[in-house]
Amino acid sequence: MNWIEIASILGAALAVSFGAVGPALGEGRAVAAAMDAIARQPEAANTLARTLFVGLAMIETMAIYCLVIALLLLFANPFVR
Amino acid sequence: MIGSPLSIATVFHLGPVPITAPVVATWGIMAVLAGGSWLLTRRLQLRPSSPQAVLELVVEGIAGQIRDTMRADPRPYEPLIGTLFLFILTANWSSLVPGMEPPTAHIETDAALALIVFVAIAWFGMRARGPVGWLASFAEPNLLMTPLNLVESITRTFSLLVRLFGNVMSGVFVIGIVLSLVGLLVPVPLMALELLTGAVQAYIFSILAMVFISGAVGDTARRDGAKS
Repeated sequence: MNWIEIASILGAALAVSFGAVGPALGEGRAVAAAMDAIARQPEAANTLARTLFVGLAMIETMAIYCLVIALLLLFANPFVR
Repeated sequence: MIGSPLSIATVFHLGPVPITAPVVATWGIMAVLAGGSWLLTRRLQLRPSSPQAVLELVVEGIAGQIRDTMRADPRPYEPLIGTLFLFILTANWSSLVPGMEPPTAHIETDAALALIVFVAIAWFGMRARGPVGWLASFAEPNLLMTPLNLVESITRTFSLLVRLFGNVMSGVFVIGIVLSLVGLLVPVPLMALELLTGAVQAYIFSILAMVFISGAVGDTARRDGAKS
């Protein structure tokens, strides 16, 4: 096993682990804010839930990008033959 | 699915063209959806039978979501959005059929779906504002934003594609890994979670398509359309 492969595996693991931290914090804040809003204004719960879902999907995409980069490193690495 | 998630298995060759497993699954789902709709709408009555009532519930539900999200008459958008939603939902849930892999777990199917949305955004934008007005909408709010708006129209299509691919593929991948470690009953909760993810992703995909289309159509054009 050469250095490029070792670096790719390490890079993939680091990408997923650190790429999950930011979106997790962001999603926590978003859900907390939505809970707060629903508690204050329960009649707007439908609109809030829909907006929350779309926002969560947007935030989650960042983690998914990291996952795709990790998979590219592991399975479609252009530097490994 | 335990090998590379980016490679696809070829089922058979149609002349020189290799036909892959996701293509077969896609055509199967299309046949089921189209055939089912044809069978159910063949004898529509004023007093609905129970299958017709379920069908009306689905159509009305999608129309209500479009009306709430876009704040416009859902009729011009429902064929596209409804088909996208039902197709992605069926595709994501097709992993319940033994031996079948969801076609949305392969990047090519998602690329095709995102391309449909990309073309639809341009089509509805041009129809509502005219070609010149649609091109001018890239220079909003001012001319300096034009490059950013152009880049955004590409990147949001790309993120639509990567989001659906990443979510569905990661679910299938995790189930495959767990299945190779412990065979019996342990993957079942993960599969249930995968059903939820599949439904949420289908919903998100269609909601985002609606948001992008209503952004391209614009406020004034939509209000005029709602009035007429």
